[in-house]
Amino acid sequence: MQSKRKIRILIAKPGLDSHDRGAKIVARALRDAGMEVIYTGLRQTPEQIVETALQEDVDVIGLSILSGAHKALFPRIMELVKQKGLTDVMVFAGGIIPEEDIPEMKKLGIKEIFGPGTPTETIVQFVFEHIPKRT
Amino acid sequence: MTKIEEIVQGVLNGDRRSIARAITIIENNTAETQKLIASIYPHTGKAHIIGITGPGGSGKSTLIEKIIRKYRQRGKTVGVIAVDPTSPFTGGAFLGDRIRMQELSTDQGVFIRSMATRNYMGGIAKATKDAVKVLDAAGKDIVIVETVGAGQSEVEIIKVAQTIVVICAPGLGDEIQAIKAGMMEIADIFVVNKADRENADKALMDIQAMLQLNNKEKAWKTPILKTAALTGKGVLQLVEKIEEHKHFLEKELERKRSREKAEAELTEAIKEKVAASIIENLKREGKFEEFLQKILEKEMDPASAAETILNEKFRKQV
Repeated sequence: MQSKRKIRILIAKPGLDSHDRGAKIVARALRDAGMEVIYTGLRQTPEQIVETALQEDVDVIGLSILSGAHKALFPRIMELVKQKGLTDVMVFAGGIIPEEDIPEMKKLGIKEIFGPGTPTETIVQFVFEHIPKRT
Repeated sequence: MTKIEEIVQGVLNGDRRSIARAITIIENNTAETQKLIASIYPHTGKAHIIGITGPGGSGKSTLIEKIIRKYRQRGKTVGVIAVDPTSPFTGGAFLGDRIRMQELSTDQGVFIRSMATRNYMGGIAKATKDAVKVLDAAGKDIVIVETVGAGQSEVEIIKVAQTIVVICAPGLGDEIQAIKAGMMEIADIFVVNKADRENADKALMDIQAMLQLNNKEKAWKTPILKTAALTGKGVLQLVEKIEEHKHFLEKELERKRSREKAEAELTEAIKEKVAASIIENLKREGKFEEFLQKILEKEMDPASAAETILNEKFRKQV
């Protein structure tokens, strides 16, 4: 049988907001693009998200946040990603993140941040173009 | 050390990242997959493997979360493979079983892995069986496999699990579903979940009636239990039943082994006693020496001599 590497991606909702329609739509779009999407559900701690990414051996983590707590949660998530050695995992984010916070978030290692109204195709294409290579 | 050797070593040490990588290698079916499985295989066979199956929406994931908690209270470590379907149209999958188990994700004694079927039929993925071996080799005491929402003939799980729990819930058309082939026959334990709902007792009675027919000639009589996974009601009894089934299997195995041992001993004893008595007899009649001479003079080979003796002594009596 021919083997082909499937892209595995975690869509996670850190923090306390309970709006996951956006996250689910993005998850659906990525699924329809042929990826295996693992969804965590709402209100996840950074520890839960990174541990899940590790167990699921994902290539990509997508974070969705609308609560405004990204400045507290994203640094912790990125710290744990490094701590657990998930160096070959690409992280992107989406939701309500003010323009002026974006450079700071990217400096943490978050590859891209998508605001409201981003077409799902843009996200799908971005993911395809930034799949980390595996040794 | 090669990369694969490193991963195998990590798995045996219970390292979570190595376990995750090993399962990915198995799923992707690469050139290294066979080598990985071969290296892990000798370290398997210690875990008790539980299959949880039943229709979508019957509460499999929620119930599994509660089962894991019970095992954790007893100090057991648990691995889970939760299977969801791959879309036959896009090849993608949405894996959402662990939503119900996320509180356990940071428990170091629990390892949960979502798995897409990748279009394998029968309610599990092609990689499920070997992924279970990885968790077994990693030292998990209990490995739980959650099948896709199955209800009729998705019975591949019997090739993977030792104890199979079939779950249903009231209001899903149970009495008819239960008659259909497959699920009833594979159940070691039947569970009516959402037992706090209306009609739960009716579903229970319907299934009980069907099970009685099934149980007639079986050494293990499939019990039927009621649970309410959300509140945790009945979960303790379910875990007790699973343990009971495990002991049953161990006893069966023991019985099988005792039988095999007795058979070998009897065969050995017959060989010894019967042969000794024949030889003694031949010697007394002087025929042993006769045959010996023929063999020495190359008139006969030993096997043919034995055949001739057998014919003279026994076959003519029949």
